[in-house]
Amino acid sequence: MKNLHLKIVAFTLVGIAGLLMWHKVANLGLPLTPEEETGIWTVEARLALQTDGGPTQVAFMIPRDPSGLNVLGEDFVSGRFGLARESDAVNRRALWTARRVDGQQTLYYRLQVADAPDEAPEAIAGAQPAFPPVPDYAEPYGSAAFTVLEEVRQESADIASFARRLLLRYYSDNPDEHVQVLRSGIDGERAHIENVIHILAGARIPARTAHVLHLQDGMRRGELEPYLEVHDGSSWIPFDPQTGQRGYDEEMLVWYRGEAPLVEVSGGRVADIGFSASRTFRAVVQVAQQRAEHMGSRVLDFSLFALPVDIQNVYHTLMLVPLGALVVVLVRNVVGISTFGTFMPVLIALAFRETQLLWGIALFSTVVALGLAFRFYLERLKLLLVPRLAAVLVVVVLLIMALSILSHHLGLERGLSVALFPMVILAMTIERMSVVWEENGPRTAITQGLGSLLVAVLGYLLMNYEPLAHLVFVFPESLLLVLAVILLMGRYSGYRLTELWRFRMFFRDRKDQA
Amino acid sequence: MIGLIRRIRDAGVLTMNRRNAEYIMEYNNRRHYPLVDDKLRSKQLAEEAGIRVPALYCVIEIQRQIRRLPELLAGRDDFVIKPAHGSGGTGILVIAGSQYGRYRRANGTLITEDEIGHHIANILSGMYSLGGQPDRAILEQRVEFDPMFDHIAHGGVPDIRTVVFRGIPVMAMVRLPTRRSDGKANLHQGALGAGLDIATGETTTAVCLDRPVTRHPDTGAPIAGVRIPDWHDLLTLAARCYSLAQLGYLGVDVVLDYHQGPMMLELNARPGLSIQLANRASLLHRLRRIEAMERLPHNPEVRAALAREMFSDPE
Repeated sequence: MKNLHLKIVAFTLVGIAGLLMWHKVANLGLPLTPEEETGIWTVEARLALQTDGGPTQVAFMIPRDPSGLNVLGEDFVSGRFGLARESDAVNRRALWTARRVDGQQTLYYRLQVADAPDEAPEAIAGAQPAFPPVPDYAEPYGSAAFTVLEEVRQESADIASFARRLLLRYYSDNPDEHVQVLRSGIDGERAHIENVIHILAGARIPARTAHVLHLQDGMRRGELEPYLEVHDGSSWIPFDPQTGQRGYDEEMLVWYRGEAPLVEVSGGRVADIGFSASRTFRAVVQVAQQRAEHMGSRVLDFSLFALPVDIQNVYHTLMLVPLGALVVVLVRNVVGISTFGTFMPVLIALAFRETQLLWGIALFSTVVALGLAFRFYLERLKLLLVPRLAAVLVVVVLLIMALSILSHHLGLERGLSVALFPMVILAMTIERMSVVWEENGPRTAITQGLGSLLVAVLGYLLMNYEPLAHLVFVFPESLLLVLAVILLMGRYSGYRLTELWRFRMFFRDRKDQA
Repeated sequence: MIGLIRRIRDAGVLTMNRRNAEYIMEYNNRRHYPLVDDKLRSKQLAEEAGIRVPALYCVIEIQRQIRRLPELLAGRDDFVIKPAHGSGGTGILVIAGSQYGRYRRANGTLITEDEIGHHIANILSGMYSLGGQPDRAILEQRVEFDPMFDHIAHGGVPDIRTVVFRGIPVMAMVRLPTRRSDGKANLHQGALGAGLDIATGETTTAVCLDRPVTRHPDTGAPIAGVRIPDWHDLLTLAARCYSLAQLGYLGVDVVLDYHQGPMMLELNARPGLSIQLANRASLLHRLRRIEAMERLPHNPEVRAALAREMFSDPE
């Protein structure tokens, strides 16, 4: 295969860049497009205790890896308590302990979560638990339960639909006589869920309670609501018990699962528990950074975000230069337009970013035209090359200065940005242009000048394309893709577009030639 | 449309990208570039190898020497000043006589000694060299070209560009100055390129500024059918330059002096592509035929003969 080596190098670069970008998008949630914002919930649990004055221990359930939300960070306000965290397969607990505390104590737990880009899951992964044994129901509860189970079984296809039918029937507005028997003597939502779990055990279906906080912006005294989770053999499927609706909403945070109480206190009692939540919006990039930090990922340490902000701003510009170089490669080697100086147009394009396009073109043309006029005058003085170049440079600086002052007095503040043009490059361009002018005539000089300007404009349009600028800054590895393209272009041996025109006499139809 | 795409593919035009990637990079060792880029060195090497070149009068290397210009020019009013590292025919000043104490350029305009001095100063400061490197100026014999071209050349020296691939001349053209090219034999400055039949050395088709022409734009004379004298010697000379320059893909510029016959003017490591337009023939097809040959003869004369035989049939 031709250029095998080059192709291997190029595809390796593409592979590395692709992998890194994939990791950053999929695992860290970095956005591919700019101006994306993500909602962040700050959830706070406030726990007021009335202590007895002796040793006190508080075990408080805290969320563990909530599905559908990305944890950005958590912190504890523990007062005089010592803090430990423990977790089992399902839940996580904060253990606050103190040897001697008096009176009223308040503990806080604060959690920051961001919306995950993917939708709220309809199923939560979990290994198959042991099948519950069929309970020894008392009568008439037992016969009612079996009747209902049997009827629900007739109407359902699988465990999920079974559970759903059962919930609809159990929570029906006008329950039938069997359900009335099942519901009798049960009070409270939690108790009802546990009752449903008890009934499901009659069909040997594993189920558990999930304690869910329904997040609302500005919520002051929220409470946990019980949800039902049923295991269908491969994962846990959540159901809203009231409606039979499957899955969690995006605003739902599963605080903990199982029958255990939310908080256990020894040496005191709980005076009050309240949940509050507030929602803010932040740039996705920042959220991803915070998340990477929380996850202990090192990838973002090597990103440009780790730099001080003023240096970051420099890189916002610098990272675009390769894109400009790519434009130059394409325009010169594929289109076949010649320019003054290989990368002069890239620098001009960078200056255009500050001056804006139309102003940039006007200012550039003015400076070059005036500089050329001066350069033609210098020709009569017959100066040596380097002093002549230096003289042109001085004149370019003076011209730029004059333009700035003039436009300031005319109230055209945009004109001030002419100061950002690369002076040395302008001076070289003027020199090259005047040499070409004399050697090959004004036509060639102006054509090449326009070619340079065209490349600069194309470069500007590409570099100023916000999604692309965002992409190279957030994913610097995308420059490896640019490098791969440039490397491959380095062996492009086909026609340039302008050559098709130049050699057109070769492509005429044989019939026409005859 | 499909027919057009097929014609474009089959035309076998050697394009800039392909020339650079597949011929210059493959066959031209960068090590040997200085030799052809420095006209002074290639001139001296050619002389040593017994290849005829225009006589060297003197070399100006430092600014101070320009003060002694009157001494250097004393008694001469027929010479050429050119930069040793000039590219694309730039910076060449041709003086063909003097009048009223001033020098007369080949295009008829008069020029003072001071102006010549400034021109040399420009050369030394690197105005015409690649990358602006300081350069040297060469003062050499002006070739009195064969009057056979008088009717199809305008104020300058016509030269014959031959592309030599692996020592075999593959394509040739004669470059005829026009008013537009200001006496320079450079196609992109407006000179006219007339294709040469490799077998016979006779002009065929021609091109000027990438447009086909049949008559010289200034003199109006038809271009086709002019036979280059000593054609075989000329091709042999071009073939010999291969062992001189060690470049597989080489452009050899030869002038015909009325008195002394073919002379090598300069070598070019990156010869242009317009020669294809002048000849209406594809370089790529010819290059491929030579690439397909494993062994090539050593003797330049045999190589010239081989070229005449191989490329005699118009494709």
